[in-house]
Amino acid sequence: MALKIVKGSIDRMFDKNLQDLVRGIRNHKEDEAKYISTCIDEIKQELKQDNIAVKANAVCKLTYLQMLGYDVSWAAFNIVEVMSSSKFTYKRIGYLAASQCFHESTDVIMLTTNQIRKDLSSPNQYDTGVALTGLSCFVTPDLARDLANDIMTLMSHTKPYIRKKAVLIMYKVFLKYPESLRPAFPRLKEKLEDPDPGVQSAAVNVICELARRNPKNYLSLAPLFFKLMTSSTNNWVLIKIIKLFGALTPLEPRLCHSTSQMSFLFFLSPWLSPSSLSTSNSTSAMSLLYECVNTVIAVRVFVVVVKYLGLLAMSKILKTHPKSVQSHKDLILQCLDDKDESIRLRALDLLYGMVSKKNLMEIVKKLMLHVDKAEGTTYRDELLTKIIDICSQSNYQYITNFEWYISILVELTRLEGTRHGHLIASQMLDVAIRVKAIREFAVAQMATLLDNAHLLTGNTQRNGICEVLYAAAWICGEFSEHLENPMQTLEAMLRPKVATLPGHIQAVYVQNAAKLFATVLRSQEGNTDRTAAQETSQLMIDRLPLFVQSANLEVQERASCILQLVKYIQKLQQKDVEVAEEVNALFAGELNPVAPKAQKKVPVPEGLDLDAWINEPPSESESEDEKPRTMFTREETKHSRPRHTEVDEKELAKRREVRKQEQASNPFYIKSSPSSQKEAPGVDHIPVVQIDLSVPLKVPGLPMSDQYVKLEEERRQKDRADKKKKEKKKRKEKGGRRGKRDSGPESEEDITPAHMVDIVTEEMPPTAICRSVSLVPPLNSPPCVPSTCQKSSKHKKKKQKKEKEEKDKKKKKKHHHHRHHSDGAGEESVQNGTVEEEEEPLPTISDAPTCSLASPPPFRQVCDIQGNLQDGSQVVVSLIFENKCDSFLKAMEFNVLDSLNSRLQRPDGAGPHDGLTVPFQLPPGVSNEARFVFTVKSIVMPQKLKGTLAFIVKNEDSSTHEKLDFKLHFTCTSYLITTPCYSDAFAKLLESGDLKASSVKLEGVVMPFPHLLARICFHHHFSVVERIDSCASMYSRSIQGHHVCLLVKTADQTVSIDAKCDEPSLLSNVLDEIKLTFSQC
Amino acid sequence: MVRYFKKIMHFLLLFSRQGRLRLQKWFTPTPEREKKKIIRDMTAMVLARKPKTCNFLHWMDLKVVYKRYASLFFCLAIDDQENELLALEILHRYVELLDKYFGNVCELDIIFNFEKAYFILDEFLIGGEVQETSKQTVARCIEASDMLQEVKHTHTLAHMLIL
Repeated sequence: MALKIVKGSIDRMFDKNLQDLVRGIRNHKEDEAKYISTCIDEIKQELKQDNIAVKANAVCKLTYLQMLGYDVSWAAFNIVEVMSSSKFTYKRIGYLAASQCFHESTDVIMLTTNQIRKDLSSPNQYDTGVALTGLSCFVTPDLARDLANDIMTLMSHTKPYIRKKAVLIMYKVFLKYPESLRPAFPRLKEKLEDPDPGVQSAAVNVICELARRNPKNYLSLAPLFFKLMTSSTNNWVLIKIIKLFGALTPLEPRLCHSTSQMSFLFFLSPWLSPSSLSTSNSTSAMSLLYECVNTVIAVRVFVVVVKYLGLLAMSKILKTHPKSVQSHKDLILQCLDDKDESIRLRALDLLYGMVSKKNLMEIVKKLMLHVDKAEGTTYRDELLTKIIDICSQSNYQYITNFEWYISILVELTRLEGTRHGHLIASQMLDVAIRVKAIREFAVAQMATLLDNAHLLTGNTQRNGICEVLYAAAWICGEFSEHLENPMQTLEAMLRPKVATLPGHIQAVYVQNAAKLFATVLRSQEGNTDRTAAQETSQLMIDRLPLFVQSANLEVQERASCILQLVKYIQKLQQKDVEVAEEVNALFAGELNPVAPKAQKKVPVPEGLDLDAWINEPPSESESEDEKPRTMFTREETKHSRPRHTEVDEKELAKRREVRKQEQASNPFYIKSSPSSQKEAPGVDHIPVVQIDLSVPLKVPGLPMSDQYVKLEEERRQKDRADKKKKEKKKRKEKGGRRGKRDSGPESEEDITPAHMVDIVTEEMPPTAICRSVSLVPPLNSPPCVPSTCQKSSKHKKKKQKKEKEEKDKKKKKKHHHHRHHSDGAGEESVQNGTVEEEEEPLPTISDAPTCSLASPPPFRQVCDIQGNLQDGSQVVVSLIFENKCDSFLKAMEFNVLDSLNSRLQRPDGAGPHDGLTVPFQLPPGVSNEARFVFTVKSIVMPQKLKGTLAFIVKNEDSSTHEKLDFKLHFTCTSYLITTPCYSDAFAKLLESGDLKASSVKLEGVVMPFPHLLARICFHHHFSVVERIDSCASMYSRSIQGHHVCLLVKTADQTVSIDAKCDEPSLLSNVLDEIKLTFSQC
Repeated sequence: MVRYFKKIMHFLLLFSRQGRLRLQKWFTPTPEREKKKIIRDMTAMVLARKPKTCNFLHWMDLKVVYKRYASLFFCLAIDDQENELLALEILHRYVELLDKYFGNVCELDIIFNFEKAYFILDEFLIGGEVQETSKQTVARCIEASDMLQEVKHTHTLAHMLIL
């Protein structure tokens, strides 16, 4: 058994884990299906093993494949196996797989009942939680029936975490097994008053959903909910409660008041103070508001105030978002039925803004119905004017059929007691004059109106509607050629009853009777029978005296004038003279509509000074001849040529300003998107504060990232400029080495050609690299850079900055703290420093398929190894990572291929090949230090460990996975710890005879002896015990307690080192390293 | 039958700009065949939307609320009578949770740690209802479960070593 488990765990090391699978799929873009089919084969093998860890791993991979659309139903049983694992890690994966793959027809679900029941009653809340979560996804009626009791018990669990989940699952159970609702409901109700807000909101959720399906049963909970509503501050809960009340109010009118009041408070707050909305513009607040509006409108609130203000609010919305209000047309029309007149008027206002070509007729039809029903003249008058306003707005823009409009106008004349007769009249005139095609129809309608004039004049007191007759008479007269039966109309106009009409109407009657008379004459003279014409004249002569007696001077004058004319005509007729043509000539020519501004078009005749006063200015400037035109003020002729509107710049600017202000104060106006800010020059000058992105305050949405890019770009430019300066200097010194290449990502970013020229990538002669220069320079240079460049960058990569630091805790206390710097060259050379880090040449990374598009960013690692005295086998490696590129680096994973001797210490639970996550992220230009602990068995030999650093490079909207290979060089001196030693102890140590001796000679060392000693001390962690002239004894100790003693002598550029140590191989290695240090200087 | 029951959410999809599915969560059990069809329709519809259009679509008898975060589209199908703004808020909250967990979350985080993304979702939503509105609480639960996982794992390793 034990062997099996061990074997399993060994096998596991060679299995693919999920990450490998994902990576593999990404690497096999061309033959994905093939790759996955081999993976599935592997998974099948893994599933056959007994080891649960292997199985869980396989199931995890299957879940991923399932998401990609592969059928994994065959593994259902294995999933159940993993679910039933006693370990949370595997159980979690099993339940996840089940919730993703199982559905009601999965037959193995019935096998899970007992397992789930066991998990539900597990003492561990997370086991229970995972089971509940899984259950929510694949609960079947059978499972619901069997487990309803268990879940119900969990609703009273001690942990709110479980209670919350159980309450929500209960809803699922109710749906699948409705019988459970009755016994569970009391407990569910209790949860509304649960001390934990999460449980409370879960209960609200469930009850709300239940209530929406069957509101009647939940009315009794209303007071409870009302209490919750007033006390809760959680918008999510409030939305639910308001929704619930929305469902309840139709059943219980008393609720309306409170609901609407509450909704209304939320609803109104932004209107009351416009600033509050701008400050609390979070979506959740907005959605609450929206919910409130929905409720207020949809519930048909009885509370008048709310309705009224709702409509008022809508009219505000209408100005900016007409479409959104249009969908509520029916509701608004319903408001017209409201008892409250002001609400109806509000609704009317709204309708005005809502009409379109499509719905005009429909809306007006509804309005007409309301006109008929309406009580109270004020409202009816309002309705009437609104109908006319709606129809005539923006120059009859929405009217598609004018015949319809005329009939509407005629219908409106049937209104009793309206004061707006003149309005209708002017509309009739306007339409008849301006729409030529409609004249025939209009004339026919008007003729009927005249015929039935007695209906209109029925109530003469304060009768406004008779104004219509003015228009009717005029139209019939003017366009009499369209009349079917002019004689009849003429007779109608000359009825005695006309005398009761207001004077100005009578005047029009008289005038137009004359016009009609002319038309009639013409038609009658065409006939052979002359008597008809004479009869007509006689009719005129008979009737006109009635008007001559009129008290109205205008009528009198016109009537007597026309009477004389007719009398003269009659004389001519009696002489058999044809007069029709001449009579008609009186009214020849067509009246054309004149636009109010038409006068402007008339050129001023030469020599006419319009500004000069002809006479002394009269007290009334209004001249007589302007009056007739006021009649046609509405006219905006369609026949006149299109004129370009001349609005001067000032006016335009003013209007723009007004519009801007309106937009600014309007909470619903979406301000111009951030992308437009790009154009704003001001942004560039905002000082850039480096934001610490490791604190994820913001979610990287697009606009945000755009902005960020902008700032980033600016910073980069600055950097570039600085770099350029440096490089220029360098170039001068080096004499003309220059690079003109653009790095890949940069060339994409730089839009202006000027930048292209300016950019000099980080190509620097190797010797020019100073300490602060990055270890790995231009990793952002594209994979396709010319070969010369590759060489140079490769060379640079070998450059390393080494930093050695002894930071042992004990040493720190003693303030014994060394810090040296040394530059090395060439990766193969063994450094005096304790660490060698080496970056693999770039192209190999770039060649990897996944990375082919984006090159890895420049990255600098500074390494430092310290031994740990407290534990003889531990070495701490501090790595300073510095991000030299412009992208965000994250999810860094540090991994080292362990050797037999040295192992990276991984946290408990991690596999032997798992990487360690670097506990921070690197925004561009930021460096941070991470420490890794290695366990070393033997310290006598130096060694190199190969490792990789995987990380994600995140740009504004893409991210790539990158890898860097490196080597960690553990030299023997890195295991030495500077330990002070007194000369007597040192002598004793040498005398003991346990130490093996060895020696080395260094030739050609030119440095002064103290420097030499300092060098050894710094690089190799020795301390000077005693120094006499050109001779010194030194001491150090390894982390495992080996004593290393040196006797350093110098003479004529030759340094001889005699050394003693209790471990000969350690000694020889240390000596080799010392030799190397000096060979390099 | 499925559509008959009222619930806030029906499914949640995450997909890339290329239409590659990154995460799918079905709050109503749906047959595989139908799932595939829905996914195909959804991705096609959402990806065809022009930028700066509104975040809402009507599809069948559902409302689809989507939002693009960097290269990922988050797409949530809700009931006809539900509140779209709330759905947007739910999406945003989920992204915030992911962001908190992964730290400046990106698409690759979700690809490589898809099970974590699911675990977070499961703590936030359950059965198509919002389970926990507090970010802190969700984060705490996830952390605690992760810890539990680590601890258990250690036990296993220790167990193995002893054997």
